[in-house]
Amino acid sequence: MKWLSKLKPNSNYISIYATVGLFLVLFFSGSILYTGFFTWQVVSNLFIDNAFLIVIAIGEMLTMLTGGIDLSVGAMVAFVSMIAADLLKKGLNPYLVILIVLLVGIVFGTVQGLLVEHFNLHPWIVTLAGMFFARGSSYLISIDTIPIDNPTFVAISSYQLPLGGGTYTNISVIVCLIVVVLAVYLLQYTRFGRTVYAIGGNGNSALLMGLPVARTKILVYVLSGFCAALGGLMFTIYTLSGYGLHCNGLEMDAIAACVVGGILLTGGSGYAIGPMLGVLVTGIIQNLIMFDGTLNSWWTKVAVGGLLFIFIALQRIIVIRGERKKAIDVKVPSKPAASQTV
Amino acid sequence: MGENKTKTLFSDFTHSKMFWPIVALMALLLFNLFMTPGFFTIQMKDGHLYGSLFDILNHATPLILISLGMTVVIATQGIDISVGAIIAISAVVSATVIVDGGSVLSAVLAGIGSGIVCGIWNGLLVSYIGIQPMVGTLILYIVGRGIAQLITAGQILTFTSPAFVAIGTGYWLVPVACYVAIAIIIIMHLLTRKTSFGLFVESIGVNSTASRYSGINAKRIIFCTYVISGILASIAGILICSNIKSADANNAGLWLELDAILATVIGGTSMNGGRFYLSGTIVGALFIQTLTTTIYSLGVPTEVTLVVKAVIVIAVCLIQTPVFIKMFAKKKPVVQMKPVTESK
Repeated sequence: MKWLSKLKPNSNYISIYATVGLFLVLFFSGSILYTGFFTWQVVSNLFIDNAFLIVIAIGEMLTMLTGGIDLSVGAMVAFVSMIAADLLKKGLNPYLVILIVLLVGIVFGTVQGLLVEHFNLHPWIVTLAGMFFARGSSYLISIDTIPIDNPTFVAISSYQLPLGGGTYTNISVIVCLIVVVLAVYLLQYTRFGRTVYAIGGNGNSALLMGLPVARTKILVYVLSGFCAALGGLMFTIYTLSGYGLHCNGLEMDAIAACVVGGILLTGGSGYAIGPMLGVLVTGIIQNLIMFDGTLNSWWTKVAVGGLLFIFIALQRIIVIRGERKKAIDVKVPSKPAASQTV
Repeated sequence: MGENKTKTLFSDFTHSKMFWPIVALMALLLFNLFMTPGFFTIQMKDGHLYGSLFDILNHATPLILISLGMTVVIATQGIDISVGAIIAISAVVSATVIVDGGSVLSAVLAGIGSGIVCGIWNGLLVSYIGIQPMVGTLILYIVGRGIAQLITAGQILTFTSPAFVAIGTGYWLVPVACYVAIAIIIIMHLLTRKTSFGLFVESIGVNSTASRYSGINAKRIIFCTYVISGILASIAGILICSNIKSADANNAGLWLELDAILATVIGGTSMNGGRFYLSGTIVGALFIQTLTTTIYSLGVPTEVTLVVKAVIVIAVCLIQTPVFIKMFAKKKPVVQMKPVTESK
C-alpha cells in the first residue's frame, strides 16, 4: 500500500490546494446557480477585469515575503493614472508616457526602500506616508477626472485577442501572465528569491549568513513600486481616465488576495502563484454577487471578509499543527523517521 | 576624568520623548500666529467660548480617543486598523436607537456595546486564536462598513434629537467633547500608570516570551487592549455621529485609523511595540488636527493636507531614528589613553 502514501499531496502546497479548491467550488456552484456562468468567457473576463490587481498583488507579495508591507499601491495607481492622463493631454508621445510612468514607480519604490532599510523606519509608516504623498500629489495635478482619448491608448484598450471558440482576451492579461511567470522564476530559481525568503524567515540569520540583505530589502520595495506603476498603467488603459480617487483602499484588496493565496504576513512563506489565485477567488465572488443581481453589493465585502477569516484560521491551524509536530519530534529523538515539516 | 553632564531640567526635557512632538506642535501654532489672522482669538458667544482653538479641540477629540486606544494596542506589537469601521458601526447603531425613539442614554450604551463586541471579536482573533494583528483587524476593516451598511439598509440616517446632538455640538462653556476627552484621558492615565496594566503592556511589547515566562498572562492583556480600543472607537463614533447629526456608514471615520497610527508614532511610541507615551499621542493627535485646520484656514485645497502629512510624518520619524541622529551628531574628540601611573 506504499503507493497510497505517494498519492498524498505535498503538505507544503496545502494553502495553494485550498485556494484552487475554493476557486473550483465557487466556479461550479456559480455554474449551477446561474445560466451563462459556465463559459470560458467568464473565466477570461475574470482575468481581464483583475489583471492589474494581480500585478499589484505580486508586488505586494514581494514586500510581504520579507516581512514588510506596501500600503502605497492603491495611491500609486491613482497617481500614475493622473500623470499619464495629464501628460497625454499635453500631447506627449504615448510610449514616452508609459516609460515615464514606470520610472516614477521605480523612483518612488527606491525612496521607500531607502527609508525602510537605511533609516530603519517601519515599513507601515513609510508606505503609509507614501500613500498619502501619492494621493495628495495626484489631487495636486487635478481634482477632477481627466479622460484619455489618445488613439494609442484607446487602441491598446480595445484590442481583443481571440482565443478561439468565441472567447477573447486582451493585452493586459498577456502582460499580467508574463509578470506572474517572471515572479515565479524570480522567487524559485534565483538567488534574489532565496534571499527574499531568507530575510522573511529570519532577517538576522540572513545577515549573518552573508546574504545581501540591505540590497535585497531595497530592491523588494523598488519592485513593488514598479509593479504598482505597471498595474496603475494597466488600470489607466482599462478605464481610460485619470482620477485621484481611483482604487481607494486597493492595497487592502491586494493584501487580502495575498493572504488568501497563502502568503504569511510575518514573511518567509508563500508561493508566487498565490496572489494570482487569491485575486481570482475574490474576483469570482464579486462575479457571483453580480450574477445574482439581487444582493446588495456590500455583501461582497462581507463575503470577502468571511473568506479571509476562514483562510487565516486555516493558515493558523496548519502552523500550529506544524509546531506541534516539531515539538513531538524533538521530544522523541530516537525515532529515525524523517517527518514532513509543514 | 570624565565630563560631568549637567542634568538640568532643560536637558531632561530636550532628551525626553515628548520634546520633538511638542516642538512640532509649537512650531505649527507659531506658524498660525503669523499666517492666520484671528487664529488665537477667543470670544464669548451665546454663553460659551468660541474660536479656532476650540474648533480644533472639538474635532480632535475623536482622533485623540482612537489614538489612545491605538497606542496601547501598538505597544503590544499589535495594530488595529478596524477602528474606522468600529466608528461607523457604533455611529449607525446609536443613530438607529435614536431614530427608533430611544433615549440618549440607551443610544450611548448601545453604541458603546457595539464597540465592546467589536473589540471582543478583534481580541479573540488576535490573542486567543493567534492571528496576526494586521490580518485579524483587516477582517473587521473590510466587513465592518458592510455590516454598518446592512444595518441602515444603505441609507444615511439623520436625526434631530437635541439632547443627543448636544454631545457633539453642545457647549458647557467649552465644547462638551473636551470634557469627554479629559475624562477619558484621566481614566486611561489611571489605568496605564496607576495599575499594573500599563506595565504589563509595555513588558509584552518589549519581549513577549520573557513576559510569558515571568508569569504575565499575555493573552488576557492583549485581549483587553483590543477591547479598550473598541470602546474608545465606539465613543469616538458617537461623538462624530452627533457632530454631523447623521450616521453615514460609508464616510464616518474614513481614514481615521491612519491618522491614529500617525498620532501614535509622532508621539514617540515605536511601531515595534514596547514603551508607549499617552501624552505624546495626545500631542500627536492635536498636531494632526491643527495641521488640518491650518491648511483649511489658509485656503489651500484640502488635498494638500495629505502631502503635507506625509512629509511631516516622515520628518518626525526620521528625527527620532538613531541613524539620522548619528548623521548629525557632533563628533566627540577621541580620548587618548594615558598609561596608568603607579603614584597615587
